[in-house]
Amino acid sequence: MLQILKRSINKLIITTSAFFVAIFSNNLNADWFALNMTRGSTAVSEEVFELHMLIFWICVVIGVIVFGVMFYSMWRFTKKKNPEPSDFHESTKLEIAWTVVPFLILIFMAIPASQTLIKIYDDEEGDINIHVTGYQWKWQYEYLEDDISFFSNLSTDLDEIYNLVPKGEFYLQEVDEPVVIPAGKRVRFLITANDVIHSWWVPDFAIKQDAIPGFVNTAWTVVDKPGIYRGKCTELCGKNHGFMPVVVKVVEQDEYDSWVNAKKEEAYKLAELTEKDWTAEELSARGEGVYQVNCVACHQVNGQGIPGIFPALAGSDIVMNDKERNIEILMEGVQGAAMNSFDYLSEVELAAVITYTRQAWGNAENGDGEIVLPKDIVDYKKPKI
Amino acid sequence: MSTENYYVPEQSRLPIFAAVSLFLLVMGASSTINNLGVEGSKSSYILYAGFASLIATLFFWFRKVVQEHLAGLDSAQLKKSYVYGMAWFIFSEVMFFAAFFGALFYVRSFAVPWLGGIGEKGSQIAAVDLWNGFEASWPLIATPDQNAAFAMADKSMAWPGWSNVLQWLPLWNTIVLLSSSVTVHIAHLGLKNGNRKKFNRWLGATVGLALIFVGLQAAEYYEAYAHYGLTLNSGIYGSTFFMLTGFHGFHVMMGGVMLSVMLCRSVFFNHFEDHDHFGFEAASWYWHFVDVVWVMLFLFVYIL
Amino acid sequence: MSAVIENHHDEHHHGPAKGLTRWLYTTNHKDIGTLYLWFSFAMFLIGGAMAMVIRAELFEPGMQIVEPEFYNQMITLHGLIMIFGGVMPAFVGLANWLVPMMIGAPDMALPRMNNLSFWILPFAFFVLLSSLFMEGGAPNFGWTFYAPLSTTYAPPSVTFFIFSVHIMGASSIMGAINVIVTIMNMRAPGITLMKMPLFVWSWLITAYLLIAVMPVLAGAVTMMLMDIHFGTSFFNAAGGGDPVLFQHIFWFFGHPEVYIMILPAFGIVSHIIETFARKPLFGYTSMVWAMLSIAILSFVVWAHHMFTVGMPLAAELFFMWATMLIAVPTGVKVFNWVTTMFKGSITYETPMLFACAFVVLFTIGGFSGLMLAIVPADFQYHDTYFVVAHFHYVLVPGAIFSIMAAVYYWIPKWTGNMYDERLGQLHFWLSFISVNVTFFPQHFIGLAGMPRRYPDYALQFADWNMVSTVGAFLFGVSQILFLFIVLKTVIGGKKATDQVWEGARGLEWTVASPAPYHTFSTPPKVD
Ligand code: HEA
Ligand code: HEA
Ligand code: HEC
Ligand code: CUA
Ligand SMILES: [Cu+2]
Repeated sequence: MLQILKRSINKLIITTSAFFVAIFSNNLNADWFALNMTRGSTAVSEEVFELHMLIFWICVVIGVIVFGVMFYSMWRFTKKKNPEPSDFHESTKLEIAWTVVPFLILIFMAIPASQTLIKIYDDEEGDINIHVTGYQWKWQYEYLEDDISFFSNLSTDLDEIYNLVPKGEFYLQEVDEPVVIPAGKRVRFLITANDVIHSWWVPDFAIKQDAIPGFVNTAWTVVDKPGIYRGKCTELCGKNHGFMPVVVKVVEQDEYDSWVNAKKEEAYKLAELTEKDWTAEELSARGEGVYQVNCVACHQVNGQGIPGIFPALAGSDIVMNDKERNIEILMEGVQGAAMNSFDYLSEVELAAVITYTRQAWGNAENGDGEIVLPKDIVDYKKPKI
Repeated sequence: MSTENYYVPEQSRLPIFAAVSLFLLVMGASSTINNLGVEGSKSSYILYAGFASLIATLFFWFRKVVQEHLAGLDSAQLKKSYVYGMAWFIFSEVMFFAAFFGALFYVRSFAVPWLGGIGEKGSQIAAVDLWNGFEASWPLIATPDQNAAFAMADKSMAWPGWSNVLQWLPLWNTIVLLSSSVTVHIAHLGLKNGNRKKFNRWLGATVGLALIFVGLQAAEYYEAYAHYGLTLNSGIYGSTFFMLTGFHGFHVMMGGVMLSVMLCRSVFFNHFEDHDHFGFEAASWYWHFVDVVWVMLFLFVYIL
Repeated sequence: MSAVIENHHDEHHHGPAKGLTRWLYTTNHKDIGTLYLWFSFAMFLIGGAMAMVIRAELFEPGMQIVEPEFYNQMITLHGLIMIFGGVMPAFVGLANWLVPMMIGAPDMALPRMNNLSFWILPFAFFVLLSSLFMEGGAPNFGWTFYAPLSTTYAPPSVTFFIFSVHIMGASSIMGAINVIVTIMNMRAPGITLMKMPLFVWSWLITAYLLIAVMPVLAGAVTMMLMDIHFGTSFFNAAGGGDPVLFQHIFWFFGHPEVYIMILPAFGIVSHIIETFARKPLFGYTSMVWAMLSIAILSFVVWAHHMFTVGMPLAAELFFMWATMLIAVPTGVKVFNWVTTMFKGSITYETPMLFACAFVVLFTIGGFSGLMLAIVPADFQYHDTYFVVAHFHYVLVPGAIFSIMAAVYYWIPKWTGNMYDERLGQLHFWLSFISVNVTFFPQHFIGLAGMPRRYPDYALQFADWNMVSTVGAFLFGVSQILFLFIVLKTVIGGKKATDQVWEGARGLEWTVASPAPYHTFSTPPKVD
């Protein structure tokens, strides 16, 4: 709390200066004319857009009529212009009319709405089926047919977020590895989550589907035009809810095929690394990257965590002296706490990140300094007797 | 309906005492629960203090109401306020139970089948192997996550078949509670006919039955934990089972206390007249309400 | 003890006690109403200050003022405080002041319980706010506290939050029981149900909603408590539960809750429009039926907040149709108000200005609500600023404007002094303009794709966010003016007549201004 306050005051000073800079220099590449919903780029999203416009215009017309009568009355029947009010206060005919007419209008709106919905709900298998899993705070994509699996993390630099360097064009809308799908194919997403509820939204496809831990929701799309489509997580999922974007890259079929092959090769190479003889330095270096991606959100860059919520790893007894328990925590998570299992990382990544935490922040000096090899993780995974 | 001389009590310190008690109770309960398992935590003292002062405040509050009644300050109209008040309070309790029954119906008809791969949403679960090997059934004995730290129950509390029905505690509980509704009604009839002896006797019997019910329920919980492996921690079946029966049991105790208070008032102070006994009536309504909830429980938790 | 009871008859017609004990021990509906109103105003300022933190952070892209973690705590507390501390107690305060006077009752039916209902609230909010200073911070899971973010992943203060909601619920239930009993049992002879003032009707229906749904909320937080601390799995799929179950239970409470926050407003606005149009309200009977229909329908539309959780098709269709239906009775009310003005003889004192703004801006909020009800379109709107715009339109120029209108309208009766009309008009115009500057652009931001509950956003949303923030600060400052006007009126001002407004009808205008401490110890004659 106090820490936050302190930081806040500092920022307040920065902001007030930023305020005036921002007001007088319209240097942000913003868009005053982004007023309406996107048309999107699929048949479904077009239809949703049309539906939105239809209802919008109906509301506008009703509004114009109702407010028209109201403003007219407000203008015409003031005490000055109409000192003697009439005192009618009932008209069954009128009241029936304004019950029935809105009702009919509603039916008129409900029909196309229901039709579109039924179309969206028609979910048979896709040509390609992708299993999307939300994590705090990243997305995992697994291609059910092709045995490809990877994570997609926000790639915007922290310095941009904290206003230390100028913001790039795709600020907060860029990831290290987008999900790739072929154009013109029916793609079906099977969406779930690993910890809390997230929601996978790509406005251009008119897909917004909650990712519920333990349950699977589906959504499908056919995108004809290759391109890069950007979306976001739309269910409050904790601290970094605003920082887990979705990026979908739609490519032609042959480009897709070669991408699939490259991904498979990559996986093969990673498996080879497991066999390799690692030094502490190599592992630590690799582990730092893994830590940045997976752990900083909670345990912080300096390993200090956030008091009361996320324990410090720097100086943690487990991290310094208890290699077995350390591996176990990473593999199993801690029941009932935000610390989830990370067993979906590769053996190399796991070994690297554990080694990194055991070496960094003076942990090696104060603790046993033992490193963890990919082999240890493999051993851990072997069925225990 | 006349508001002539509606009794508006003077300033009173009871409400603010009650509010402070609730505050202590709530602070105490929260910190006690948060410090569960922390060695040497003293938070529970706040909880006890809040609880004690709440009980004391309620005691003085109701005593005051009774005194006002005996002093003849209230009118028929005020009594009607109490009647309405009690009725709507019971309705709010009904809605509280509705939340838990709703949860039960939802998991039974939707969540558990879906998790087991049945139904519109379930088929997709199967497609990604989230809960491999889990089969939906009710009562739910094996939880979807077979490895998690759930204490797996061995068997459920459900209907054991005709041959074992006599060892089936819920049946006895039902009989006990239903008869207590009858005895409290007989007591009421006695009171209405000016027969205080009959009233005291049958009300005493009701309180006795309430005690028996609570005892049996305790025995059943003991069974569940000790021999069935059924605990709060054994998945959604245990959760719904213990929360529904637990809150019901808690309400039985409250109702039992209300009835005992009425019994004491009648036995020791000769309160209540044949035409004037709303305190008792309120308690007996509450009792009937608790009874109805049990019947629903028996039906939906135990039999179906 | 008995001495106290005996001399109560003589004391009955005395004025209030002196000093602090007057407020602590009071059983007087006017005192309690005043307490409620001041409390809610304080909460409005606190919740509003939090909104200012939110808006300041969103002034431009990038993290400026607060950390994301703290931002989440701010939106959570802002939502909770505005709803449970701002709007609801304000309406209860108005009910306390007005219902007994409008139906010719000496007081509320259960005066001591009335005091308890109020005094629980400061403690409940103390508990809630104190969580800001606890280890791990305040609740950070949104006012809708969806599991499992609010269970397994919640900060420890969630336990305090849960119990605080429990006692808030107890307070609401007691308050609602009191209102119902008062209305059902204490009406002066001659005031039949269909002759009751509409504000009384609106509160009768609201009270039923409260009794029906607050216990359900209590059930929901109880399940959370058990899941967090005692190993149950209501909201945990691994044990056979379902996180979505939480949402069903929450919204079964939550949707009626939003009508709890608008029905009394309907009542208020009806009175004000008929007074300043100097013309009887058009369609009294249909107004009552409309409110009843809205209340009943509100129990079968809850899942329109959950269109994206992956419900079966049949459920989506049912909840879409049911939700759309609510437009019909609400429309009836809007048409009735407009028709009441038609051929009236209107003047525009501050209450009337607020009431007219209410009708227009609430209807705009209703239109966006209707758009949200259309499931395929809601897939695009859901959890974006379009929703934020919708509910602030119905809540701020809806509920809050109606409360302000009510204060201007009845404050002469409460204090005996007229408020400063010039300042009142200024307050109105400032509020009216700035509320639109704040919330109208949020429609654009939402449609363009900015999700809600984001502490930071992509560059294309920057301009309108900036506008919105500027509007929000202007709106905030305008409310300080409101505080000033109220204080000024309480202290002094032109003396008000008994009837106050030329067109005012109803029992409360027959008693003196300020209303005597005890009104109607014998029931008034009503024909
Ligand atoms: C006072 C509070 C209030 C009120 C009155 C309403 C009124 C309505 N609301 Fe709103 N709503 C909220 C408060 C309120 N809402 C809040 C707080 C949330 C967000 C909660 C959260 O997630 O945090 C929300 C969210 C919300 C959603 C979920 C959006 C989402 O999360 O994706 C939906 C969806 O259907 C919805 C619909 C409606 C509808 C149809 C009405 C209707 O009652 C409106 C009816 C009125 C009119 C339609 C205008 C007048 C009518 C006419 C002039 C007649 C003719 C008109 C036609 C025939 C079109 N609301
Ligand atoms: C009745 C309910 C109510 C009311 C009155 C308000 C009032 C306001 N709300 Fe709020 N709001 C909600 C209910 C309400 N809100 C809810 C339920 C949510 C959802 C929460 C969630 O997602 O869980 C929400 C969310 C919400 C958000 C979205 C946050 C997000 O999703 O990330 C925003 C952002 O602009 C916002 C802004 C405002 C503003 C500017 C006001 C203004 O009208 C406030 C004006 C009042 C004041 C400013 C106080 C008076 C002045 C002072 C105390 C002096 C100090 C003032 C200055 C320094 C200027 N609100
Ligand atoms: C979502 C937040 C979150 C993320 C991400 C996270 N942790 Fe944790 N971690 C926690 C929490 C909370 C605990 C405390 C659990 C408990 O004991 O209650 C914890 C505990 C630990 C501990 C035990 C520390 C001790 O002294 O008890 C280790 C070791 C650890 N985490 C390592 C990691 C590593 C390595 C990563 C990244 C690969 C990681 N964590 C990612 C939240 C997180
Ligand atoms: Cu993930 Cu929000
Ligand atoms: Cu709703």
